[in-house]
Amino acid sequence: MLEKLLDILQEICDDDAVRSDLDMDLFAEGLLDSLAFAELLVAIENEFHITLSPTEYDKEQLSSVHKIEGVLKEKGVQ
Amino acid sequence: MTFYDGLAFFILLLIALLPAVVLGLMGRRIKHYAMFLSLFFVFIIYRNEPIQLFYLSVYLFIEWHVIAIYQLCRRRFGQNKSIYHHALIFGLLPLIIAKFSGFLGHNWFGFLGVSYITFKVVQIIIESYDGVIEKSGFYSTMSFLLFFPTISSGPIDRSRRYEADCNIVSTRSAYLDLLGNGLWKLLLGVLYKFVLSAIAFELMGQVEQNQQIGALIAYAYLYGFYLFFDFAGYSLMAIGTSYILGIKTPENFNKPFISRDIKEFWDRWHITLSHWFRDFLFSRFIMDAIRNKWFKSRLNAASAGFMVNMLIMGLWHGPTIDYLLYGLYHGLLLAATERMQKKKWYKKVKDKGWYQAASWFVTLNLVMFGFFIFSGRLIDLIG
Repeated sequence: MLEKLLDILQEICDDDAVRSDLDMDLFAEGLLDSLAFAELLVAIENEFHITLSPTEYDKEQLSSVHKIEGVLKEKGVQ
Repeated sequence: MTFYDGLAFFILLLIALLPAVVLGLMGRRIKHYAMFLSLFFVFIIYRNEPIQLFYLSVYLFIEWHVIAIYQLCRRRFGQNKSIYHHALIFGLLPLIIAKFSGFLGHNWFGFLGVSYITFKVVQIIIESYDGVIEKSGFYSTMSFLLFFPTISSGPIDRSRRYEADCNIVSTRSAYLDLLGNGLWKLLLGVLYKFVLSAIAFELMGQVEQNQQIGALIAYAYLYGFYLFFDFAGYSLMAIGTSYILGIKTPENFNKPFISRDIKEFWDRWHITLSHWFRDFLFSRFIMDAIRNKWFKSRLNAASAGFMVNMLIMGLWHGPTIDYLLYGLYHGLLLAATERMQKKKWYKKVKDKGWYQAASWFVTLNLVMFGFFIFSGRLIDLIG
């Protein structure tokens, strides 16, 4: 699952830096912005078949690869 | 009397806040007293024009039923788009009437704060559709909608955040922290609004009649500073008052004039408004655009998203040509910024000092030109 998530992020952020540090703050580093975030939510929907709404979590709770992975696990993604 | 203006209001405010401070220091809940204060201030201020009190009551009656009935339908029928859209239309209808009935010669639903309170109502409806909110309580919803420090012009809080704050019982030291912060923000707000913004306004008056290019540029800058100190000052006072009542209302401004691009500007200027639009309009537009493949490329989708977002934000300020043009202008700037930042050369230069300095300078002037449109002077000059 982590690998799929990294593929999605790499494509959306157009940067393989997302793989370098899984605890990096993607918003602070300028890799994710509001546009990329919306794209990420749709990509997660298509790939993992779960819906995350834009305000369900604070940006803070989805700001790094590990945090996103945690939320996906919480939602039952294997 | 009106909010955050005149000695009488501030004296009344300080007296009214004293019992809240006592409750806070005793480690007791403030939320019921805050509700009482909201009703008190709304009554005192809206009764100047009793029709406003009437409109506000009708408004709350309608919106509460829209929320409650929609949530009932949502629980029963799930995520039904048609019911959802009806709920949104009914929720927005009073605001639309308020904004457009002026053309018919009568200002229906035109009460102080109708523009801002509607954001809160729509947020509840949208998050109910999302399934993030299941059921809103009557009392807590009224407390949220009527919360007097922010009722007239924001900052625009979110219901779940607000309710969580209401139910926190602070320790004495945590409350002392809030109190100190709140008083500081109140004072800073007073300085911004009554000193700095007044100075900018005074200077604006001196260049207003002059139509030479230098004077027009000076006017744009002074108007920008006036707008900032006036609204950031008001926001600080509203946030400070909220803190004293135990509610950490979110910040509205964060040094907007240091922004290095227009996207950053909208993360620093009228933040609660632009983040509301981001979360409840822009993101959803983009998500629907991708799901339904409305556009050929993501850049086109993003550009359309920015345009729609900013045009509606412009329209929300009021259905006038100045505001629409202001929205169009910022929509175009955001779309152009997005396109530029996807270019290869941008990635090479973006971290260089000279680029950031140049980018800051250009952004500042673009922003000031935007305020010039917003002020109505541009249309005056052309027309």
